[in-house]
Amino acid sequence: MPTTCKDRRSVVVERDVDVTTRRIAHLHRRAGFGIGGDALERAVAAGFDAELARLTDLRTAEAATPPTLTPIGEVDPKDRRRLRADAVALATWWLGRMVATEQPWREKLTLLWHGHFATSIQKVHVAKLMYDQNALFRTQGGGDFEALTQAVAKDPAMLLWLDSNTNRRGHPNENFARELMELFTLGIGNYGEGDVQEAARAFTGWTLDRSTGEFRFRPRLHDDGSKTVLGRTGAFGGEDVIRQVTTSPACARFVTAKLWSHLAYPVTPDHPVVASLVTEAPLDVGALASRIFRHPEFVSDAAQQGLVKQPIEYVVGVLRAVGVSGAVVEGRGPFLLATLQALGQVPFAPPSVGGWGQNGYWLSSASSLARLRFATVVAATVPVPAVEDASRGDRPDAMAHVLGVEWSSATAIALQSVADDPRALVALAFVAPESVLS
Amino acid sequence: MGITRRQVLAGGIAAVGTAAVVRNPFASLLDHSTPATSSTDHPVLVLVTLYGGNDGLNTVIPAAAGAYLSGRGDLAVPADQVLTIGDGLGLHPNLKAMKRLWDAGQVAIVRGVGYPNPNRSHFRSMDIWQSGVPERAVATGWLGRWLDRTGTDPLRAIAIGPTVPLALRGEKVAASAVPVGSVALPVSAPVADAYRAMMGVGSSGLAGSVARTGTDLLTVERALGRIVDGARASEDEGSATNLEGRAQGALGPQLDLVARAIAAGLPTRVYAVSLGGFDTHANEKDAHAQLLADLDGAVDAFTKAVGGRPVTVLVHSEFGRRVAVNGSGGTDHGAAAPVFVIGPRVRGGFHGDEPSLTDLDDGDLKHTTDYRSIYASVLGNVVGVDPSVALAKAPTALPLFRS
Repeated sequence: MPTTCKDRRSVVVERDVDVTTRRIAHLHRRAGFGIGGDALERAVAAGFDAELARLTDLRTAEAATPPTLTPIGEVDPKDRRRLRADAVALATWWLGRMVATEQPWREKLTLLWHGHFATSIQKVHVAKLMYDQNALFRTQGGGDFEALTQAVAKDPAMLLWLDSNTNRRGHPNENFARELMELFTLGIGNYGEGDVQEAARAFTGWTLDRSTGEFRFRPRLHDDGSKTVLGRTGAFGGEDVIRQVTTSPACARFVTAKLWSHLAYPVTPDHPVVASLVTEAPLDVGALASRIFRHPEFVSDAAQQGLVKQPIEYVVGVLRAVGVSGAVVEGRGPFLLATLQALGQVPFAPPSVGGWGQNGYWLSSASSLARLRFATVVAATVPVPAVEDASRGDRPDAMAHVLGVEWSSATAIALQSVADDPRALVALAFVAPESVLS
Repeated sequence: MGITRRQVLAGGIAAVGTAAVVRNPFASLLDHSTPATSSTDHPVLVLVTLYGGNDGLNTVIPAAAGAYLSGRGDLAVPADQVLTIGDGLGLHPNLKAMKRLWDAGQVAIVRGVGYPNPNRSHFRSMDIWQSGVPERAVATGWLGRWLDRTGTDPLRAIAIGPTVPLALRGEKVAASAVPVGSVALPVSAPVADAYRAMMGVGSSGLAGSVARTGTDLLTVERALGRIVDGARASEDEGSATNLEGRAQGALGPQLDLVARAIAAGLPTRVYAVSLGGFDTHANEKDAHAQLLADLDGAVDAFTKAVGGRPVTVLVHSEFGRRVAVNGSGGTDHGAAAPVFVIGPRVRGGFHGDEPSLTDLDDGDLKHTTDYRSIYASVLGNVVGVDPSVALAKAPTALPLFRS
């Protein structure tokens, strides 16, 4: 029965394609901002391994024009209008870059570290310093975690944000030392109050040179006495403390849980999947991410249904899906930032040093309204030819193809009910649960 | 009228939306300052959360105490500037409306509020406050558990802003969130119908949560659409303001929206608003004074707007701050702090003992009053439920309300 055999084989092949398509689309939603249309078909033709290698290759830096911001020496802290204009320009610039980039994984990592070492322009004020921190995440975010943390600790925006700049011998300020341990490296339960107080002394004298906008160590402000941190005693400086906390086993678990939580589904550091990802080697972000993307649990149902898109991911994903250019984004900054504010995630303005929440944190009647408004404006202003050119009955499928998603029957029926109006269909598709989830 | 209210509640969302309009057809002609004492008024709780760790010692100030003066140094508020309220304490000079309400017997100040083994992490401590469970991390809030136990009506509790705080998140349901500004849907009726159909399918997991909040939006829009001033929604300016440098989301507009929702007769029992920026590690003096002025101005306008209605305002933060000033003209994370409970039904005056300024726990005030004893009182007297619904080990309720 040769025909039957052939039929069966073709069914199997088709199912393999479906699995690969689903797997690559999932990878792109987590390691990037989604993929659809021809790009998804090309990626499926290349196969998962080739696409993963291509997507996560950070060896070459992408050429990009930096934002136009007031230089450090010319910043007038009293000129609020200019500070605000700089802040809007910077946030808009980053959105444009995320929309236009051909290295979405690099921008995704930059966003992840922005939420992890969460620093707000509301206290730092100077957009150029926030840009420099953003560039630091972009260039070093995929490498050695200790090196990244060492650089962040001396980053001028961070020096201002967590008051290192005013932490001096005899009058320690605990802000940075505490968040370093609690939020950046170890997590609650892996250090004591005494460790925070001793570590704060190690960071005394780490200041910002206001004229150059650069880190400057001032020995006369530094407490060079003996400190005891995590059970070890010595005349530690800040670098010693960072080395000690970032090489602690608790740090590997904490950071692994953080990455898994943002790439697969939320977990605490004691979750078994974390133990299966931790190695003896120094913590390298790129290597860890590669283990995550290849982990069997990464393609589980729990992972496939495990995350709500952060608002920035959501907005950038929609704009990339419909092929909006970076230049167009730059021209619509106020609208996009208003959308993100209504959704609760303004770039460079996290609500606190704890960053943003996840999943349920992003779901509310207010955010549903904000998504609906955003989707309606985008659908009204950006045509989606693949949908408009399709026959009425094919339009829901055409939109699924554009977004690289599969509709539930409820969504497909709802989209079909408005298929006479392609723009209404497009708007509705953007707010469907399948588009809100990552 | 009481029966009417119950019928309205039983009739569900559509009925409420209609009732709010029908009951008060001349709303714009009514003077909001006129005390409305109709029997349809139900008790309302307004939760004001101060994010960052409000400096309790510079809010309710032991201005003449030697340990305060020596600990705070230049950051101490001079005794001749505080607004004296007795027991050697004075309110910060920017809390003028609070002082007036205190004099009218409408402010309960609960002193030394905290919990065992104080945690100095913003996030953990705020979770402890909002969950009502100090012993371990839980994913539900103290009011979220009340929501879980009382159905699915999304109008029972409303948070102002884009997200719902943990306090109002339950396991199955959560409060609605409403932006300051218009809630009008931007789509035509057929698209709204398709949206309703798309979100109306009961599914599980996160997709189900997306669908539920989509459906909640339709309910909220129906109830609030007519009372929210659409002209206010100038969103482009809004985003720029948020990046400018002030703490996110001014409190005044949030409380203004709450006042109008209350005046419109929404069935809502709990509203949540917030003010950020209290993490004053450096250069605290002016920044903290401004924050308290913002709080005071917003509470002043709000209490006037809701007049004699049975509305209770609860103001708290995640912790107080160290007794001693740090080297940056600020204060680091502390522990116990005062809580304000404000309203016409409140038993005004001090509750709980003032913590010692010299018998400290690692530089911090020791708590004298468990925060859950405030929650228990508020649950019973304002929300109208048995506190054991929300608090596993219901502590003795403080006598914060006149019976």
